[in-house]
Amino acid sequence: MNKSYEAVMSRKNKIMIDAVGLDYTQFERGPLAFDYEGMMRSAGYSIERVKQIQAETSVGDTPLIELRNLETLVRRMAPPGKGARILVKDEAANPSGSFKERRAALSVYQAAKQGYKGVIAATSGNYGAAVASQAAMRGLKCIVVQEVYDSRGLGQPEILEKGRRCEAYGAEVLQLSVGPELFYVFLLLLEETGFFNASLYTPFAIAGVETLGYEVGRQVMERYGRQPDAVLITHAGGGNVTGTARGLLQAGCDRTKVVGVSVDLSGLHMASDRDFNRKSFTTGHTGFGVPFATWPDRADVPRNAARPLRYLDRYVTVTQGEVFYVTELLAQLEGLERGPAGNTSLAAALSIAAEMDEDQILVVQETEYTGAGKHPTAQLTFARQNGITVRRGDPAESIPGELIVIPEGPHQVKAKDIDLSALARSYIRNALERSGVRQPDEFEIEFLAKEVKRDREFVKGVIDEVTGGREK
Amino acid sequence: MPEKGAWVEVYNIVLPAGSRAPQVPRDTQDVPLEMRVRGFLLAEAELGKECTIRTLSGRQVKGILVNDSPRHVHDFGEPVRELLEIGPEVRRMLWPSLWGGSDE
Repeated sequence: MNKSYEAVMSRKNKIMIDAVGLDYTQFERGPLAFDYEGMMRSAGYSIERVKQIQAETSVGDTPLIELRNLETLVRRMAPPGKGARILVKDEAANPSGSFKERRAALSVYQAAKQGYKGVIAATSGNYGAAVASQAAMRGLKCIVVQEVYDSRGLGQPEILEKGRRCEAYGAEVLQLSVGPELFYVFLLLLEETGFFNASLYTPFAIAGVETLGYEVGRQVMERYGRQPDAVLITHAGGGNVTGTARGLLQAGCDRTKVVGVSVDLSGLHMASDRDFNRKSFTTGHTGFGVPFATWPDRADVPRNAARPLRYLDRYVTVTQGEVFYVTELLAQLEGLERGPAGNTSLAAALSIAAEMDEDQILVVQETEYTGAGKHPTAQLTFARQNGITVRRGDPAESIPGELIVIPEGPHQVKAKDIDLSALARSYIRNALERSGVRQPDEFEIEFLAKEVKRDREFVKGVIDEVTGGREK
Repeated sequence: MPEKGAWVEVYNIVLPAGSRAPQVPRDTQDVPLEMRVRGFLLAEAELGKECTIRTLSGRQVKGILVNDSPRHVHDFGEPVRELLEIGPEVRRMLWPSLWGGSDE
């Protein structure tokens, strides 16, 4: 078989169907729309069944911890009567140390059930270790493909640690230098091995995250007798937001605001050899968060089950320096030493809690494990070695790739809003462009409205902008 | 020379410079897509020469032998003063009578 880049990429749909065991064409409804809920139901598990599958490998049921000292700190800075309770879901308590294990649990279960001999995941994130740990428990082979090095052979310390962890669980770790052609290597491996594609973006993977939102909703309602008022969710590829929001709804939390949070890395090119090691955060940042929101179907499956604009009520960014600062606060004031990337939404919690009333409840829905490489001191040392300036000051002065500013006090930690309606417009534009549909019919307009959580008038307005007014 | 069965790392160029995907930015176009993977050496081999390994998933992979007994070298880095200052600062804010002392 021809293994050239072009030949392999042209076989991608066939390879994908074989490797996920799901024929996505059954969900398509014309050139633009597809049956999203139908696709999600194809995972075929109730939330109770998902919880059961996860319990088989000790995933989930993680503690929800109230951060009392952080609350006091926020209330000191906030206007009288303001400063919500701040709770954190300690997802580091999962076997491989992150919420990603919920996603991996379902994918690996599905692979075993369908008779695959092994699983492959393309990820530089915690998902690799999660899949490796689940594969270890279910006795399957595992390969993790990572983007690790720049052309100097210099590896991101955080990703090196994640690779080590995968190896500790018995997985093969295939490490690549910078570039989106990782996908090509991934396809070649799927073809060579016949393993299951443990994609982050299948309906199974998202169903696995739903238990996180469900647990958060249930735990808060049982303990405090009310729905959480806001849940802050680190946003990258969209699965964390989508799964958590769907789980919250299933727990009956219909008034909870879903807030996405990404680290601001604007200006850095994700596929640039030079920029690669000039960032301290390898996921949970705007370099994934924005493009995956405005076009989810760029993922490694034909239709992405993670569709964040369907669920987001608000989307904010924080700076790298702010995340390192709150990571320190969490250790020093709450006795919880956790990895920085998992504290992205905690950084936004400080200023958002200060806007909320004292009797309201804000939940930060994850933490992650920490260790060599995956630690503020490791990452700031690496940043300095790569020519980044690190200093105290106002984080508003940060420049991604040049300057990391560690706040001088908690009052300087401020989440910055991203205009969600601009992202919604951009999504609709992309959908029209890629499908070639210029005059969507009523069914397609309804689909687009659901995709961006807006009304039909909003969608029609954007269509008019794109087509220059409706043709009569 | 690493013996048969040694734990080693091999290296390959997957796509040479100039043959990268079209959407890749210029600086990445100018460098190759490189791959590294670890496994057990199937026959004694010399560093810098081609060899074959068996990986942890059981695949056989051919590549240039670049590392014998590769170490995990990532660590916790240097102490970072900018972070060390934070704990005492916020404790002074919360519990000034206990933590309010100053060196000056």
